[in-house]
Amino acid sequence: MPKDSGIGASSKRREDVRFLTGAGHYTDDIDLRGQAYVHFLRSDVAHGTLKNVDTSAAEGMPGVVRVFTGADFAEVGGLPCGWQITDREGNPMQEPAHPVLAQGKVRHVGDPIAAVVAETREQARDAAEAIEVDIDDLPAVVDMKAALKDGAPKVHDELTSNLCYDWGFVEENREAVDAAIKSAAHVTRLELRNNRLVANPMEPRVAVGDYSRSTGESTLYTTSQNPHVIRLLMGAFVLGIPEHKLRVVAPDVGGGFGSKIFHYAEEAFCTFAAKALNRPVKWTSSRSEAFITDAHGRDHVTTIELALDKDNNFVALRTETHANMGAYLSTFAPSVPTWLHGTLMAGNYKTPLIYVNVKAVFTNTVPVDAYRGAGRPEATFQLERVIDKAARELGVDPVELRRQNFITEFPYPTPVAVEYDTGDYNATLDKLLEIADLAGFEARLAESKKNGKLRGLGVNCYIEACGIAPSHLVGQLGARAGLYESATVRVNATGGLVVMTGSHSHGQGHETSFAQVVADMIGIDENMVEIVHGDTANTPMGMGTYGSRSLAVGGSAMVRATEKIIAKARKIAAHLMEASEADIELKNGQFSVAGTDKSVAWGDVTLAAYVPHNYPLEDIEPGLEETAFYDPANFTYPAGAYACEVELDPDTGKVTIEGFAAADDFGNVVNPMIVEGQVHGGLAQGIGQALLENCAYDEDGQLLSASYMDYAMPRADDVPFYRVDHSCQTPCTHNPLGVKGCGEAGAIGSPPAVVNAVIDALQRAGRDVTHIDMPLSPSRVWDAMNKG
Amino acid sequence: MPQVKMTVNGKPASGEVEGRTLLVEFLRENLGLTGTHVGCDTSQCGACVVHVDGKAVKSCTMFAAEAEGSEVLTIEGVAAPDGTMDAVQQAFQDHHGLQCGFCTPGMVMSARALLADNPTPSEAEIRDYLEGNICRCTGYHNIVKAIMAASGQDVSTIAAQ
Repeated sequence: MPKDSGIGASSKRREDVRFLTGAGHYTDDIDLRGQAYVHFLRSDVAHGTLKNVDTSAAEGMPGVVRVFTGADFAEVGGLPCGWQITDREGNPMQEPAHPVLAQGKVRHVGDPIAAVVAETREQARDAAEAIEVDIDDLPAVVDMKAALKDGAPKVHDELTSNLCYDWGFVEENREAVDAAIKSAAHVTRLELRNNRLVANPMEPRVAVGDYSRSTGESTLYTTSQNPHVIRLLMGAFVLGIPEHKLRVVAPDVGGGFGSKIFHYAEEAFCTFAAKALNRPVKWTSSRSEAFITDAHGRDHVTTIELALDKDNNFVALRTETHANMGAYLSTFAPSVPTWLHGTLMAGNYKTPLIYVNVKAVFTNTVPVDAYRGAGRPEATFQLERVIDKAARELGVDPVELRRQNFITEFPYPTPVAVEYDTGDYNATLDKLLEIADLAGFEARLAESKKNGKLRGLGVNCYIEACGIAPSHLVGQLGARAGLYESATVRVNATGGLVVMTGSHSHGQGHETSFAQVVADMIGIDENMVEIVHGDTANTPMGMGTYGSRSLAVGGSAMVRATEKIIAKARKIAAHLMEASEADIELKNGQFSVAGTDKSVAWGDVTLAAYVPHNYPLEDIEPGLEETAFYDPANFTYPAGAYACEVELDPDTGKVTIEGFAAADDFGNVVNPMIVEGQVHGGLAQGIGQALLENCAYDEDGQLLSASYMDYAMPRADDVPFYRVDHSCQTPCTHNPLGVKGCGEAGAIGSPPAVVNAVIDALQRAGRDVTHIDMPLSPSRVWDAMNKG
Repeated sequence: MPQVKMTVNGKPASGEVEGRTLLVEFLRENLGLTGTHVGCDTSQCGACVVHVDGKAVKSCTMFAAEAEGSEVLTIEGVAAPDGTMDAVQQAFQDHHGLQCGFCTPGMVMSARALLADNPTPSEAEIRDYLEGNICRCTGYHNIVKAIMAASGQDVSTIAAQ
């Protein structure tokens, strides 16, 4: 029976009412008294030397308050990078400066050169057009392999080359992997590109800086997934503001998908300018500006080789990847192609020997960083594509080849340094075969043929690592941050609770699902629990929301804090009932003495905590408020199996998604409705990557896909109703809720299913096509069908 | 600067605007009706959809001055005065048709316009109609389902086997 409240219930989202009635409170809805507006003048060339920036005409324009240039930021810190990778030789990565406003050089289209602050948005924009910029164009590097050639133009003159790092993992395995591949019965090789994407949350970024002369405190309102991280990075590394004099607020945020994790120049600028001008300064990104300033995602070029023995067991895997960093290192960019990618290369399979090589490359393009899945989609795509190709080469069923090589015993230490705590890959695969109605495929294929269409079926598995931790391990791996999460639970005298969490909700529905957990633990109505997030002034230091970590890490902190609350409440209840603490039971919000009819209500206990007239003051303090920080023992490992069915028009190359099924193991589930919604959204983004989306640069570094006219966002008629299932549940063994995380799975597992399905359709039709790079646009599919 | 007058959510509204002021800017900045959102600058995303004289319009594609004398309905004017949500709003909550909420006002306004023209649209008709509204969170599944439910159709079997 589905539950109607608490853990496991599809409680309707309480945040929806404000969003549905126009009462949401997003950053662009904030206007402060005396506010000025900033417009950034950005480079329209990919690479060049700044000879002169003449602001004199602009300064005389109507409404202009001040024009800032790089000179104003010469003494200000650059944007820091939060993760240092150590290369194969043991050397630290090359880490160039990342100025707030360009210093002497521009390195990508969109690099900010100057900033005009004016009384109105229009005046700032008009005046920016009056700035005269003299740039000596330099040749741009766009292609990664070209960027690494001797004599290639250097993105950063102070670096030895455009190579950020050359990373090997696990370096000690390299020779053994080479030997195993050399002697294997069969080796399947695949070269592929994981296409560059733009995250495109529907809310463009916004920053409002404010400064109080009375308190000396700076406040930044910003569209962030992690306000405390912004406070720490911007305060400590860029502007030199101590954290007690800096408040960062991320109110309702309209989606993030990774792109709002990072600390951006505009946030630092608005905070800096608000103090310099002693008035609030606001920036609202246009969508066109978002395309050239929000960190992009993916952009890997990979060669993968899978070696099998004569019985089709996987014996070794070797990959070589070039990963685009763009022109600067965005906040967590170096970790994405390394620790978030290499550690996932075992997938769901017991491949004993794995070696991953990644060369991270600077180019004259927008910085690239985490986008939904971040490294894990890249790992899954190449692995699941090469397995599919191997099955076709060997003439075996791709599903059975996977099943034969599944990891079936847990815990399982992989050869790429992680330990899967639990899972059941056969269970999710069996469930998939059921919900995808594979038995009916032949009939649907016949129907397509009758209509002159091709039809194909793609199946794949995925594994994900969420809740990156523990902190002492990630510190060894180069993280310059801890990866715990925090929660403070404040119980009020009349029994209601406020939970202040370091996690941030920007579509995930934490205000509902987090309340379900706490209410369930105490046995009270969900509406008695309020979730507060997004403001460093009233939440404990937290690391925010990304990597599907919020429930697994933030939820665990909340559970720990609530356990402390319950422990103290039991002491109070024992005192009130003159009973032994050991005999106190909590059920449905009532404390009772075991074996008696004595009980006190939750509200009696909370009132006693704040009106301690009859209270054990000699043993415990008044009040009922507890904080917990939770640092996980391990990652969590959601996994699943996905199937995509496509129809293909051989006359045009147009692919349509006819069916998509996803069977996921997320461990325990708090709110099934929200979990399904997260999977739906991830699937659309993965299908978008596979069929539609492509962030394209020309050879001069001009972004060709810089608006929704050119960047193909998935629309409602590009996707079907999905069939999703999360009934296979192997609870996480090391967090108190047994949850794993569900935010990224859909985007990780779906691209290979789509591509596998298209290849299947083509091969069933007798076409000798083994791979097409994403996105599988009609022209690319048609070209592949008609080559030769 | 020219003065514009119109009726917004049943109440008279007026203000001084530049010739280039867009209707969405007038609604958000002059009237403080921030429920209408701006998600792009090429009239693609539909986060800014409002109704002008009963028709769904992208308010980023219309100058404020062009709405002179018009009846404008924004997301703030959809629920009953006591806060009770209308059938479309309620269906979006019931069927989880929104996540971050940013595209939602435009989705609701488009859905209401669709249902006014076509009271029981098919799945394909809904998907086709939403061509001008982009959502990045939901994958559209629950939006389409919510609109079907709001039109009184049985959605209990959607995506069942």
